[in-house]
Amino acid sequence: MTALLTIIVLVFITIAIWQMVKIFDLANANNENSQIANDKDNRVNGYLMLGFLAFIYVITIVCVVKWGDLPLLSNSASEHGPQIDNLMIISLVIIFIVQTITQFLLHYFAFKYKGEKGKKAFFYADNDKLEFIWTIIPVITLAGLIIYGLFTWSEIMNVNEDDDPLVIELYAQQFNWKARYGGADNTLGKANVRLIDLDKANILGLDESDPNAQDDIITTELHLPVGKPVLFKMRSQDVLHSAYMPHFRAQMNCVPGMITQFGFTPTVTTAEMRQTPEMADKVANINRIRTEKSKELVAKGEEPLERYEFDYVLICNKICGKSHYNMQMKIIVESQEDYEAWLKEQKIFKNSLVQN
Amino acid sequence: MSAHADTHDHDDHGHHHKETFVTKYIFSQDHKMIAKQYLITGTIMGVIGVIMSLMIRMQIAWPEEPNVIFEALLGKWAPGGVMDADIYLALVTIHGTIMVFFVLTAGLSGTFSNLLIPLQIGARDMASGFLNMVSYWLFFLSSVVMVISLFVEAGPAAAGWTIYPPLSALPLAQGGSGAGMTLWLVSMAIFIASSLLGSLNYIVTVLNLRTKGMTMTRLPLTIWAFFVTAIIGVVSFPVLLSAALLLIMDRSFGTSFFLSDIFIQGEVLHYQGGSPVLFEHLFWFLGHPEVYIVLLPALGITSEIIATNSRKPIFGYRAMVASILAIAFLSTIVWGHHMFVSGMNPFLGSVFTFTTLLIAIPSAVKAFNYITTLWKGNLQFNPAMLFSIGLVSTFITGGLTGIILGDSALDINVHDTYFVVAHFHLVMGISALYGMFAGIYHWFPKMFGRMMNKNLGYIHFWVTAICAYGVFFPMHFIGMAGLPRRYYTNSNFPLFDDLSNVNVVITIFALIGGAFQIVFLWNFFYSIFYGKKTVQNPWKSNTLEWTAPVEHMHGNWPGEIPHVHRWAYDYSKPGHDEDFVPQNIPLKEGEEELQH
Repeated sequence: MTALLTIIVLVFITIAIWQMVKIFDLANANNENSQIANDKDNRVNGYLMLGFLAFIYVITIVCVVKWGDLPLLSNSASEHGPQIDNLMIISLVIIFIVQTITQFLLHYFAFKYKGEKGKKAFFYADNDKLEFIWTIIPVITLAGLIIYGLFTWSEIMNVNEDDDPLVIELYAQQFNWKARYGGADNTLGKANVRLIDLDKANILGLDESDPNAQDDIITTELHLPVGKPVLFKMRSQDVLHSAYMPHFRAQMNCVPGMITQFGFTPTVTTAEMRQTPEMADKVANINRIRTEKSKELVAKGEEPLERYEFDYVLICNKICGKSHYNMQMKIIVESQEDYEAWLKEQKIFKNSLVQN
Repeated sequence: MSAHADTHDHDDHGHHHKETFVTKYIFSQDHKMIAKQYLITGTIMGVIGVIMSLMIRMQIAWPEEPNVIFEALLGKWAPGGVMDADIYLALVTIHGTIMVFFVLTAGLSGTFSNLLIPLQIGARDMASGFLNMVSYWLFFLSSVVMVISLFVEAGPAAAGWTIYPPLSALPLAQGGSGAGMTLWLVSMAIFIASSLLGSLNYIVTVLNLRTKGMTMTRLPLTIWAFFVTAIIGVVSFPVLLSAALLLIMDRSFGTSFFLSDIFIQGEVLHYQGGSPVLFEHLFWFLGHPEVYIVLLPALGITSEIIATNSRKPIFGYRAMVASILAIAFLSTIVWGHHMFVSGMNPFLGSVFTFTTLLIAIPSAVKAFNYITTLWKGNLQFNPAMLFSIGLVSTFITGGLTGIILGDSALDINVHDTYFVVAHFHLVMGISALYGMFAGIYHWFPKMFGRMMNKNLGYIHFWVTAICAYGVFFPMHFIGMAGLPRRYYTNSNFPLFDDLSNVNVVITIFALIGGAFQIVFLWNFFYSIFYGKKTVQNPWKSNTLEWTAPVEHMHGNWPGEIPHVHRWAYDYSKPGHDEDFVPQNIPLKEGEEELQH
């Protein structure tokens, strides 16, 4: 019914526009009716160009003010995070400057030089000097950005083995994540999906004969000690997934048949992050939205939404099938002691196997 | 120099051939009719693609609410009006495929290359009218196969338009990867064949059939753009074909090009030794040049329209040609920027960052040259001109964020978020669509002998322009907040709850913008039959197509083909009474041709 109504409304709108245009055409019948822009069209559209320029500026300001300081953009929780954020801010500033100037020139010229009958345009076909200038300015700006970007990139991607990072495997499957810790030896045992044995609960395909695998720990939550470098080794058992940890400015695809890696050092514990004023504001705002939504839900006789408490998340960010939109794992950054205490409670691989 | 052998006597051409309905309207070998066929088919596919995008947007904005439109259009995929998660991904996939390939490649390039290449270079027709006809009908066939794939029992292809294996290779992983994906691959294989036949024809025609005096440096920029686009197509489409064929092998014949070590639904598959990353390389070796296959024709069209309607020469003709060539060359060595976090060697990431950011230089030159062309012009705001200026605007806005995405370090955190969606929709989707609209408004009189209504054109442009920014500008910000693309609903992440109202705003803009395309469709189809009859050269343009009679005829010109004596941009040249001097007008005594 609503669809029918929508269609009827659309049809009416279309007819209305058509009629308006017809009336407009008829009113102009005495003048030329050539469907070619005349002075009046040029004037109206010239002013609209200025209006449109204002619109672009307004939408930019509204977006920046309302959504420009989302905590995700400002609060990184990893050691390399601020580097990416700085580069991002520099790039954004350059972009906004160029955007503001070029859009102004484009629309202002469109307004200023709107056509008039009898006017002749300025025959101006070439100017090597001008073109050289606007080739060389982007070259210099980009050279700066490229160099800055490349240094940042290689610093992030080069894993320093001397730091003795904590090695953790992130294991992806449709549609959940597992984490595997190396255990006391901090060495991951060999694994291959061909060794998966669901009857024995060997769900990640660890090599049962590998001594390094015996003390591995498989978990469904990712706990990280604060301040310690972590090296993630990613694996996938079925299709492509992507391990995206937005708060840590970290992302790497998980590719079946191959092991990929990404390393970073978490710097802010979950508890500390919850207490930062920005995050507290954001969470309060989200809970306001959720409370309102809950009211609607309760009115419909459904369950209200739970209160939201901030947690870091690992998100799947590569299309992986039906439940792609709900493939996540909680990340908890905590002190070294808490981390060790948690780890002790977990079963090691050797003991987690079901013996027939 | 061109050397056109005008061997046929075309004077009595029209009188002796009695054409039947079939040879004139269906299996036509006339480039003008084929252009119209491409345009109409592309428009129909475009309507399908846009309706899909509106359904996607409604799902994102109001994920829990039953929607009668879903129920009406999706049938069993939306029981009770609630969209199924699989069909959401299918909509995303098919929307992308249709818009990129069927509308903005075939619909845009196919229409205007066919229409304009022979007319603007002064040729009787394409080098091979027969191949041209085959090219269109292969395109039509591939469109039909693609549309049929929407009705497959287990659902259409749903692995994203990039169809990365293993998701696209394993029906166990996703319903759409069964018959739906098979049809997708067959459709694309046919499409590529069509595109290659078309491109080869364009290249040969431009190289061999230019009229006397039409040197390469006198070619209008439209032709340069179509010519270079065809070359990029010939270089890169075969690589996609090979990727598609290898994927078909993996799917149906048990090979392991892209698959290895897979455990799914309780069983280990036999695949060993392949790599999905290899597929990503092959795909993006086409995928990125494809962006320019879509964009360059739009930029070419815009160059022509901006110069004509500014009544000024295009500024920096040589630089414009050089930047087209530079973009074309660079476009083939930047594909890795889609794969910074794919697991390929980080050193390659550095290389691709470097090449990618270089492409900003010729792009910047083009943008500045457009702006300078407007300077001190006498701008005629015909609807085509508005869309061309709109293109420059979205090209700048969308292009600038490419600096962020092309930078591997920054890409880590915005890869596959809505930031990417916003970026490419503005820079290639909206820009190319504007180019297509501009082309339609400008060459409609040439195609159909009638004018489109300008006031409807104005309404169409201004509403579309506002809605395009309203949709895609805020989208950058939800992307920077980390919202991943291709999510059926965001409600499983309370983290993103504060973005839900932005998504509603975006959807409202999208619905308004989408609805107003009806104004265009109406104007287009109404004007074909009832539009005001056109004069021969309504825009007072210099290029050769306007020297041909309004009534279409085989061979384009009665009598001899016009000879060319000057470049295409002698607008408002001092020493002439009119503010335009068509290319076929000989130089006056003492008049110098601009050296370029």
